[in-house]
Formats: sequence, C-alpha cells, structure tokens
Amino acid sequence: MRTALLADIHSNLEALEACLAHARRRGAGRFAFLGDLVGYGADPLACLDIIAGMVEEGALALRGNHDEACLGGQLEAMHFAARDAIYWTRERLGPRHREFLAGLPLIHEEGERCFAHAGMDQPGRWIYASDAHTVARSFEASAARLFFTGHVHEPQLYFSMPAGLPRPFRPVPGVAVPLSEFRRWFVIVGSAGQPRDGNPAACYALYDEAAGTLTHHRVPYDCEAAAQKILAAGLPERLAWRLRSGT
Amino acid sequence: MNAPQGTLLHEGGMARLYAVDAPAGEMPRLLKRPRLEFGSHPGCLVGFEMEQMILGRLAGPHVPRLLAAGSDDAGPWLLMERIAGESFAAMAARAPLAAGEVARLVGAAAAAVHDLHRQNVIHLDIKPENLLLRADGTAVLIDFGLARHAELPDLVGEEFRLPAGSGIAISPEQLAGNRSDPRSDVFALGVLAYRLATGALPFGNPASRLAMHRRLYADPPPPRALAPQLPPWLQEAILRCLEIHPEARYPTAAQLAHDLAHPDRIPLTDRAARRERAGPLAVVRRWLHAFGRAAPAPATPAGHLAHAPHLLVAVDPADEREALAEALRAALRRARVAEPGLRVTLMGVLAPLPFGEESDPALEHSRHTAALIALRHWAAPLGLAPEALRLHVEEAGDPASALLAYAAAHHVDRIVLGAHGHSALRRYLGSVSSRVVAEAACSVTVVRTGERTA
Repeated sequence: MRTALLADIHSNLEALEACLAHARRRGAGRFAFLGDLVGYGADPLACLDIIAGMVEEGALALRGNHDEACLGGQLEAMHFAARDAIYWTRERLGPRHREFLAGLPLIHEEGERCFAHAGMDQPGRWIYASDAHTVARSFEASAARLFFTGHVHEPQLYFSMPAGLPRPFRPVPGVAVPLSEFRRWFVIVGSAGQPRDGNPAACYALYDEAAGTLTHHRVPYDCEAAAQKILAAGLPERLAWRLRSGT
Repeated sequence: MNAPQGTLLHEGGMARLYAVDAPAGEMPRLLKRPRLEFGSHPGCLVGFEMEQMILGRLAGPHVPRLLAAGSDDAGPWLLMERIAGESFAAMAARAPLAAGEVARLVGAAAAAVHDLHRQNVIHLDIKPENLLLRADGTAVLIDFGLARHAELPDLVGEEFRLPAGSGIAISPEQLAGNRSDPRSDVFALGVLAYRLATGALPFGNPASRLAMHRRLYADPPPPRALAPQLPPWLQEAILRCLEIHPEARYPTAAQLAHDLAHPDRIPLTDRAARRERAGPLAVVRRWLHAFGRAAPAPATPAGHLAHAPHLLVAVDPADEREALAEALRAALRRARVAEPGLRVTLMGVLAPLPFGEESDPALEHSRHTAALIALRHWAAPLGLAPEALRLHVEEAGDPASALLAYAAAHHVDRIVLGAHGHSALRRYLGSVSSRVVAEAACSVTVVRTGERTA
C-alpha cells in the first residue's frame, strides 16, 4: 500500500490537483492531508470540496493552525499577510466547510504511525519541529515509530539515535529513503501549496509500506495561474510572488 | 519473516555468515546476521542497517545482489548472492606479485569501484578482505557496513564521533571527518596496489588515531625502494593514488583502471623516480599545512564523476581535412576541456595492411609510431596537461567496432567523432559515426564542419 502525504496545501487548487494526479500515477492507494488545507491561497472552497470528498472515501485529514484560525478566534500569532488571508477565507467559508474543518482531528495514530500537522507533544500548540530538541519531544509523546507532519514547509527527515538527539536528513527529490526498522523516523513533508525552499514546484511525499521507503516528490504545476488568482482576489501581493519564487 | 536455514561459514567481528542452499539453477546464497549479543561492537547494527539500505539500491556485476531481508527470533538478517571467487586476501598473502598481475587485479578492483561511484556510493572500507575476483576476472565489492550513499542518511557518520575505517587504508580526508569524497576509495586502491606489489603496508597497521594521522604529512616509502624490480609506471600509479590531497590523486577510479590497462602510456613524473620518502623539511611543511585545512564542499560521487569525464576522440590520421580537425577540437573545447579531472583519449584506427605485408614487424612498428606522432601533433593545439591526454592506436578492419569496444572497456563517457561525408571508405563500410551513435552505451557527439560539399 502506498500512502500519499500532502501538507500545507493552503487553498492552492493547482498544486493540490497536480500532486494528487502525480501520486495516483505512482500507485497511491491512500491519501493523508497533514493540515493547513486553507489560508494564503485563493481557492479554499474548491480545495475543501476535493479533500472532503476524499475523506468520505477513507482519506485522512488533520487540522492545522490556519484551518483552526479560519473557524474564529484571535490571530495575534500570525503575520499580516497570513492574517489578511484568514479574514478573507473566513468570509467565504459556508457552514458545510466550517463544519468539515471543525471536525478534523489534531492528531491521529494508527499502528506504528502517528500523524499531525505540527509537533505531537502539544497538539494544538503548533510547535515547529525545526530542530532535534522539538523532534525528541514528539518522540517522547507517542510510542509510534513513524511520525508524519507538515507545518515547517520545507521537507526534512529526522531519525532516532541509540543515544543522543535525533539527527536531521534533507531528502533528495525522487530518491526513496529506506526508513530503517531499527529506528524511529520523524517526517516533515514539504509544502504542497506554498513551498519555501527556493523550489516553486509543489512538494509531497509517498510512503511505500511494503518497501518501507519514503520518497519526496517535486511536482511542477501552474503556479502562475494560482498567483494570478491571488492577485485577482485582492489578497496580499506577497502571497502571489512567493508562489512564483518558492520562497 | 524467518530466515532460510544455513550452515555457518564464517564468524567475523561484526557479523556471522551462513551458506544457504539455493533451488536448482539459481544463484548460490549467503545469509548475513549482525552480532548483537552483549559485548559485541556497537557498530554491528549500524553497519548492518547501512548495508541493507545501500545494497538494496545497487545493481551490476560488481556487487552481490540483495535477495531478501527480514527479522526473526535470532535477530535481523540479509539474504544475498554468494559470490564464487577468490578473495583478494588470498592474493595479498601471496604478495609481492608480478607487476602485470598487480595491474590486472587492481584494474579489476578499480573498475568495480568506479561502478559503485557511478551509483552514488563510496565504499570507504576497501581492503583485500572486502574484494573478490570472479572466475571471469570481474572484481566484486562486499561489505558496505561503512559505506556512504550520497542521497541517503549517513547512519555511520552520525553514529560515530571518530572516523570509521581500517587503520591500514583510511584516507587523510576520512581522518579529517570527510565521508563524501569518492577519491578516498582511490587512496584505498593505492594501498591495495602497494600491498600486492611489495607485500608491505604503506602506512603499517596503526591502531591509534594519532598514529593514523601520520599519513596527513608523512608519505610511504616508495614501492621501488622495497621491490627494486618494480617498473616505474607502477610506482607512478601507486604513489598518485596515495597522494595526501585528493585533488592530486587520480580523479576517478576509471582513470586508474585505464592507465593500468595501458601502462606504457602512463606519463612518468618525479613520483616514478622517487627512491626515498620526502625529507624532513617537506614533512614539516605538510604537517603545518595539515592543520586548519577545511574539508572541501561535498559533491555527490556522481556529481564528482561528471566533472572528470573520459572523452574518446576518434581521429583518422590519414584524414587531411584541417577544417574537420579544427571543428573536432572546437567540440572538445566546448566539452569542457577546462574540467580539472578530464581525460581525453585520442584513438586512431589503422586499416590492416594488405595481405602479405602483415608479417613485417618493422613496417608495422613504423606505421604505429607514425600514427602516434600524428595524434600527438593533432592534440597539441588543445594544450592538455600530460595526465589528461592519452593516445591509442589500433589496427582494425572495422573502425566502428574498435571504437565501441574501447569505449565499453574503459568507461568512456562520451565519444566525439567526425562525420565522414564523402569518404571513399564509407561506400564499403557504411558510416562509422551512425553505427557508433546507434550502438554506443555512452553519449556520442558527431561533428561536421560548417562547409557544405556538393
């Protein structure tokens, strides 16, 4: 069974469709959406319709900080562009979409796997797993062996060590990394809808359960169309150009 | 998954090996289990993990095939192809060997190493015990417990604070903590060649890190000081492999293999003439230099090889069209003649002599020499350094086959040849270039001049 892992889609319909098509061509039989389905981009409703339809057919979707922000509450922790996009999205969500977002879990465990948008030690606090210490705290919070998250926007793996802190590894696109069964792995899936590592191509990962491997893929998509929609919607200009540059 | 039953073959410090019966008609099998009992080396499991990761990604005749992996009550296991062949350890025990024999064995080992580098893996533990020779003369590398795959997590490098490797063959840059230079394997091939040629170890077998560090500034005794009958070309090749700085070594294992296959074409430098180790002044200078030397930025092995291509240029010494020759040279310059690790082989193919004349060795020799002189003259405007240029003249009725065979045997990355638009030969033999394009395993550039012929 191959599971496609998509994180930080951020209302980017073009990127979402490109990743889904790419994953299906590679035999993905299951899909997991690791939070931040909306925010930033101009297509929240279309994205949520696709994802909600897939969840009905067995896909897994988790709630991210941007999804939660769209449901209400104060936004002090967010920068201006993100905040503007949340207000814009809130106005457009109907009861059906709000209900879908409100029903998403923060964390999901099945067997040796644990899924969440951010650090697992305090789900809902949206901890950035940006260093070995935060990853180590997630390892302590669950007995799982494989952790799948997003939130950081740049792809990264951490693996446990017999002694000491977990070590980072930057995955190479298209190269299957065997997730050695003697270790625990913390997988940060790169962002599908708003890549920030200098490569504008959409990012997602494919976990192959039988082979025990994880492959990050980069999928070129029509980022110009997505950027134009952001400008046409009156969303902050910066959100459009960062799609073109992948930063 | 339970491992297949086997009989114990070998009990090493890191793992136990079992022979496993194979179904009729299939390859013989070997089962490997890491030593995990109390008191075993902590590297056993990491090495096993690394081997499983890397072996699963490798292909080709120079590595054993991974057939299955799993875990049972007795711990994890790997099932792989059991290579039928003599261990290089047995050959090292018979050393010193004749120069030709050393060249053949080390050439085979270098070809195996090059194939590994092409697949983005550096072995980092090349020693006689980890090399086998198949009956057809192909070398096989085994034990990837310390190896490094450029695109996978480096579990070994993360596990050990101190450099991992055998004190006999560990390279200076490995001692400095760099596990990403494929030329570390070229260094270990130099140690292997030294051992086979002299029966001695160039740096001994130091156990302490401090003792290993001597090789950062002290060079080994020249092989000919130990074995005076050794030809200068072999000392040249060995000492080039053992250079302290990776940039001064052979850029690729393929270039070492190529030289060992054509020893008479190796340009001799002061390395070949050396009779003793460097004097104290040079050692002190190197010792000072060894400090504060930053490790160069790591490139992937495949990326490194891309900067050290082997170009094979077909030159017809009888062709007097200067415009075509200049177009070929221009193509060569465009093909990055500036690459520091580049090797260009100019190959001239001579038509066989008419029946009845082939028995005259003097005539044969002078034809051959004249062709070599013509090739050297042809190459002069390129201004290539001696170590970057090789000349090869061969007599063959079928130039395309000769070019293709040479390219396949010597890991050529690109063949450059001219289109013979109106050659009289073409009517009889067909186009050489179109056959080379169709049948070569590497890239081919066919060069035409700007002039059009009617």
